[in-house]
Amino acid sequence: MNWTRLLAVSRKEMLQIRRDARSLYLAFILPLVLLLLFGYAITFDIKDIRLAVLDESRSAASRELVASFESSGYFTVVEYLGRRSEADAVLERGRARLVLVIPPGYAADVATGRPAEVQALLDGADANTATIAQNYADAIVAGHSTRIVRAGRSTGLPIRAETRVWYNETLESRNMIVPGLVAVIMSIIAAMLTALTIAREWERGTMEQLAATPVHRLEIILGKLAPYVGIGLFDVALATGVGLLVFGVPFRGDVLLLAVMTLMFLLGALGLGIFISAAMKSQILATQVAMLATFLPALLLSGFIFAIEPMPLVLKGISRIVPARYYVTVTKGIFLKGVGIDVLLVDGIAMVVFAAVGLALAIRVFRKEIA
Amino acid sequence: MSPGAALRIREMVKKEFRQLLRDPRTRAIIFVSPIIQLLMFGYAVNTDIRHTPTFVVDHDGSADSRQLIDAFVASGYFDVVGRSGRPADLVYALDHGQALLGLEIPLHFARDLAVGRASVQIILDGTESNSATVAQGYAQRIVQRFALSRVAAAGTVPSGGVDLRARAWYNPNLESRVYNVPAVIGMLIMLMCLLLTALAVVRERELGTLDQLRVSPLSPTELMLGKTLPVAVVGLIDLAAVTLLAILWFDIPMRGAPHVMLIAAVLYILAGLAIGLLISTVSRTQQEAFMSMFLFFQPAIILSGFFYPIESMPTVFQWITLLNPVRHFLEIVRAVFLKDAGVLSLWPQYLALLLLAAVVLRVAVVRFPRSMAG
Repeated sequence: MNWTRLLAVSRKEMLQIRRDARSLYLAFILPLVLLLLFGYAITFDIKDIRLAVLDESRSAASRELVASFESSGYFTVVEYLGRRSEADAVLERGRARLVLVIPPGYAADVATGRPAEVQALLDGADANTATIAQNYADAIVAGHSTRIVRAGRSTGLPIRAETRVWYNETLESRNMIVPGLVAVIMSIIAAMLTALTIAREWERGTMEQLAATPVHRLEIILGKLAPYVGIGLFDVALATGVGLLVFGVPFRGDVLLLAVMTLMFLLGALGLGIFISAAMKSQILATQVAMLATFLPALLLSGFIFAIEPMPLVLKGISRIVPARYYVTVTKGIFLKGVGIDVLLVDGIAMVVFAAVGLALAIRVFRKEIA
Repeated sequence: MSPGAALRIREMVKKEFRQLLRDPRTRAIIFVSPIIQLLMFGYAVNTDIRHTPTFVVDHDGSADSRQLIDAFVASGYFDVVGRSGRPADLVYALDHGQALLGLEIPLHFARDLAVGRASVQIILDGTESNSATVAQGYAQRIVQRFALSRVAAAGTVPSGGVDLRARAWYNPNLESRVYNVPAVIGMLIMLMCLLLTALAVVRERELGTLDQLRVSPLSPTELMLGKTLPVAVVGLIDLAAVTLLAILWFDIPMRGAPHVMLIAAVLYILAGLAIGLLISTVSRTQQEAFMSMFLFFQPAIILSGFFYPIESMPTVFQWITLLNPVRHFLEIVRAVFLKDAGVLSLWPQYLALLLLAAVVLRVAVVRFPRSMAG
């Protein structure tokens, strides 16, 4: 290993990246766009659910119930229906997600203290939103019900469930998304940029020239990696800064620990990208394989958005060899839980292993190709 | 179109097909990768909250507290992964991510329950706010039901009160897969169209073979048709393959008629090809093309209503989604799969797709000859 030669390769790669300035801009713009979109446009906090009301009771009591729905902030009444048959059309056209049906005898039941019943018809097509809407509706009706009962004589239910949320007290989806997004951005940058770097040299025929120089293959790999490590670290800092300053995401852990873990993750991901690039030798193939092998797992199997527990066993097994999974645990742990290396030790070791494997793969396949 | 043009386009299409299908690795990418992706998404994109790992701290250890814990387990939503008498163990389990929910039952729970003022504590790991919100709803409902059953057993049925009966249409079991898999189809087709047009054209430019085509008798329009027709065919084949897989493998009900989806697919693929061509005209290298493609594709997916309902987005973003072909196609696909919607009820979406495709195609057609020369 010769540092001068390594630095020379790095400089060549940097010149090439700089000449292709648009790719470089995109490498910085993409994370920002994703952050802003996820931060502003996307929210899992479901609110303003479109509610249609079929009030067959037409009484003060039924209007009070509808008012409970409206004042909750989760539902917006978009339509009052006249007949039951209209519920069909409203749900099919997607004009409402939930139809609240209050039967004719509702007011009489409430007045005489008989258990009243109301019906919620949900558009179950979007199961996720429907589940949340159902939970909200349940809670609103239960709350309303308790008020009615209290106004009478009974004392209400004998158990109170006190809920407390840790780490993300307001259950704000931003707080979970920003740390996870850092991992996804890293995967995109690492895989996409490096996947092309060696395939490009093959396609343009400059690889033979590079091979003919006295530069050792280790120096080529590390030299090519260095600029991308720089870009990657900058992107993490950028994403973290925007997350903290613009979105007010808490940062409870150790910055240094995050930096070290990020470096490990980057080395592994970049190594994997170079491995794919060297093995595919074509940029179209390399990008496709990189998407399949790095970006998709980072998006789907990392626990970034989708919980890993409910997945089938095979996918759970695969998720164990997805580096992003460990990195997401680390970022969420450091950002939100404020835990240290004692808790994250296993994940840290896993990422060191991935870094080693990624680099070893890159170097190995490269030797074979040159020969 | 003159007979000469038809012949030239046919030859060009043949050449493109040969180029696409020659390399076994490219063949695998075109036909196998969508299937792998559908399988991955189909299994991974699962927002059903079941078997949430739960840690129980039972200070009371009474028959009542055990029955409450049993009610949690019997619901199927919660799996008890650990029990202990010390709250510190609960903290450990949540910190290490071993449990997402903690249930703490205080001392004298049974005694308090008898006099009607018991309380339990539910602690959630909020780092996954989505799952946490749903799990919280389930947990509260379980406690409520348990309380109600106690009151009923004691014979003091609470007088009055309102009961909510919920019924979900189109997807009675509220399975998220039924909603997500059709959307994945739309995503995969867009990705394939973008990749194959944008990168393929830029690649020819990089390699200099586009110049060769330029000096051939093919006009720019013929060249564009020759480039895009094979991709459209590949897109339709992929669409058929993943749709079959969704129906046969994932048991997603297909309630609507295939032609409703086919019309939409043709318009959608047209839009995808047009966007791909447009990207190819503004990119000099494949890396640029790829990054530009991603810069379009990612926001298009996020703003399509795939994972996140559009109505919950801020108004500005709701307007932006109207310009997104993915949004309109997903609405059609989901309506066809889940609701048996017909062509007539989906006309706004068709019209939007048609307009978007026409406008982008127009821009691409104007730019394409110029970018070839440059």
